[in-house]
Amino acid sequence: MAFASPHITAYAVEATEFPDLARRYEVTGVPKTIVNEDVEILGALPQDDFVEQAIGQLAKNDSQLTK
Amino acid sequence: MALLTSGDQQKLKDAFAEMTRPVRLLFFTQTLDCETCLTTRQILDELPPLSERISIEEINLILDRDKAKQYGVDRAPAIAIVGEYDAGEWRDSRIRFIGAPAGYEFISLVQAILLVGGRSSSLTEENRTRLAHVTAPVTMQVFTTPT
Repeated sequence: MAFASPHITAYAVEATEFPDLARRYEVTGVPKTIVNEDVEILGALPQDDFVEQAIGQLAKNDSQLTK
Repeated sequence: MALLTSGDQQKLKDAFAEMTRPVRLLFFTQTLDCETCLTTRQILDELPPLSERISIEEINLILDRDKAKQYGVDRAPAIAIVGEYDAGEWRDSRIRFIGAPAGYEFISLVQAILLVGGRSSSLTEENRTRLAHVTAPVTMQVFTTPT
């Protein structure tokens, strides 16, 4: 998704090396995706659902996000 | 001693042969307080021998804060992936790996290298259209573990 959009940056974070980050985002199971410190996605989802949850939720919370 | 078996090295060589664009791995490291920096360096060092199109640039997080800030990196080890689109013109893929790319993350790293290196995206046309409508910055942090 990051490669496809100039506005998106994707970080793959190895939780065991950075326990403070894992704690901050309450990571108890992986994969766990945090979008803009706002939306949480648990587990590995099918592509459509993942994109919808990542972008769709943000659009609802922040009308500035999408055109 | 190589970390990869010769069978794996050959498979990777074959996969990397399809790359059409040079890819550079910007490896952010620090001298102290980085237990996995050495492991990461060892893992990354396995890759350039498998393709002429893969190179590594090591950047010290403490000594080169500007570059770290440019790539939004404040932890080590971290890897940012850039691709060369025209001679000397390197573009950020906005893909980052924070922590050693061990276990399954190594596969993710390889896939990211192939993507930046020219492989087609696995995103559907519909999803690419949805993403084209994003106009504000989005940060996605995906937490994983090696197994």
